[in-house]
Amino acid sequence: MRDHFIDRLSQMAQSDPRIMLITGDLGFGVLDDYRQRFPKQFINAGVAEQNMTGLATGLALEGHIVYTYSIANFVFMRCLEQIRNDAAYHGCNVNIVSIGGGFSYGALGISHHATEDLAIMRALPGITVVSPGDYWEAAEATEAVAQICGVSYLRLDKSSGQPTRQSGESFQLGKVRQVRDGGDVTLAAAGGILENAQQSAEQLARQGIQARVLSVHTIKPLDHAAFLEASRETGGVVTIEEHTVDGGLGSAVAESLLERGAVPGFFHRIGLRDGFCSAVGDQSYLRSQSGLAADQITACVQSLCGRDPEQFLRSA
Amino acid sequence: MYKSNDSLGIPTLVSSKCKKAMETTDLARRIRLHAVKMTSRGGSSHIGAVLSMADIVAVLYGDILNVDPEAPRKTDRDRFILSKGHAGAGVYAALAETGFFPLEKLKTHYQDGSDLSGHVSHKGIPGVELSTGSLGHGLPVGAGMAYAGKLKCAPHRVFVLLSDGECDEGSNWEAILFAAHHKLDNLVAVIDYNKIQSLAPVAETLTLEPFADKWRCFGWDVRESDGHDHDQLRQAFAPTRTSPGKPMCVIAHTTKGKGVSFMENTVLWHYRTAHGDELAAALAELENAA
Repeated sequence: MRDHFIDRLSQMAQSDPRIMLITGDLGFGVLDDYRQRFPKQFINAGVAEQNMTGLATGLALEGHIVYTYSIANFVFMRCLEQIRNDAAYHGCNVNIVSIGGGFSYGALGISHHATEDLAIMRALPGITVVSPGDYWEAAEATEAVAQICGVSYLRLDKSSGQPTRQSGESFQLGKVRQVRDGGDVTLAAAGGILENAQQSAEQLARQGIQARVLSVHTIKPLDHAAFLEASRETGGVVTIEEHTVDGGLGSAVAESLLERGAVPGFFHRIGLRDGFCSAVGDQSYLRSQSGLAADQITACVQSLCGRDPEQFLRSA
Repeated sequence: MYKSNDSLGIPTLVSSKCKKAMETTDLARRIRLHAVKMTSRGGSSHIGAVLSMADIVAVLYGDILNVDPEAPRKTDRDRFILSKGHAGAGVYAALAETGFFPLEKLKTHYQDGSDLSGHVSHKGIPGVELSTGSLGHGLPVGAGMAYAGKLKCAPHRVFVLLSDGECDEGSNWEAILFAAHHKLDNLVAVIDYNKIQSLAPVAETLTLEPFADKWRCFGWDVRESDGHDHDQLRQAFAPTRTSPGKPMCVIAHTTKGKGVSFMENTVLWHYRTAHGDELAAALAELENAA
């Protein structure tokens, strides 16, 4: 997703001198072209994320549209107070780009697992929280966050869902994309884990379970109407996130449905429940350690739909 | 020059030409008077930190900063950030005294429904660039503003006033590295070096010495000044000529609680609020200093 991000940002920088990209000394190879083409719109702040976010605020207060860029937790957690007090409270156009959501950098260890970011950023007032599900959404979201007033958090995964963009489809922050229709269950996924939701939907279809798949690229503000429809029109709602179940997509959907009096046939959050993941492995492996592999999602949904998951696992 | 008996009990300036002609010594005294009353009325802390920096703020607002209360957002204004946000009462007083909002508004400080919070806030307050309160935030933001100014070849400067204890924060040292590397000679860090922080003297907490040498080693043009001597402060704030390309650091040696004898050089008055006899004694000292 990061390549699609930087390609789109380069297009934007070409036509808008207000665009400013600040990296916390990361992006080897990826940012070279941008840096060479737009030297006045690029800062390497060094390994200093607090100052990077303060700089971003100062530049935004002077009229720039700023993107801060680093890996996983570094770009938002080390400098969380600067995001809250400086950028967000002052309504700055600062867009925080986290490269490597979830287990994208899985084998590097827990320091590089961005698995609480959605919850943390969602808790801050006035911040738009975006986790694109595929490359097209990543590029579109890159541009869309510049158009809104205030701080945005953009989580870019290494993985991506299968492309599903319809011809002529436009991207809208805060509006989920239905990438597959079905009436038995809704699978709502945020981020690159969308690919597993899509695979699971195909597996479920072979078992006679038709799944509606939603790409929830914007966790905040949430598309309440889409979930009310899903609750009414499908047998139940399952949220899927490469993130703790505490405070992320699943929590947001549960809050939304309950506050609106919607009672889905069943509701379940698929995500991380076992604390820190100290297992070593790539993204796919760590997903499987956390119940996020497509087969595991399928088994879970089968059980929720009243089918025997063991039967699926035997036939798979 | 002043008429007496305004509603705050402090003589009001009726100068024909606002701040440039203002006697900064008297402005500092009035900032102190306002702040003692404001903190007493609201029961808020940090009067020692306000009294410490009152002369710095008075010289800046009275004689240095290119700011205009009639056009508080004009693009060529100098930017001022109070990074030691807990001393916000002093900046509110300076802004009111220089015409950014009515003096009457100072009465609302720290009161229910007010927008004058204990730590300085920009919401609804013309002239405040940045809300602060958590330490170590002002200099990075000021560096960003200065960087933006450089990109535009703008003539204005960015001033950030920090406390000494605040220099414990690592974020400042990140910004200090950055500003020197990028040659932000339009950035001025001013340290209110009163040598006392929240629980104890600086020297007993995390010593900063050799403080000036640290800034110099990081590539800054350092000037030291008596932080209560207005002539020295004016000279220190003069635009750099000898060290182009270097950001400027003015280390202002001050006395915490300056101007009220029983508040000077004590940790207690970082927190304590003057009421009753203490309030009367403080006001009497400041009024007699005229």
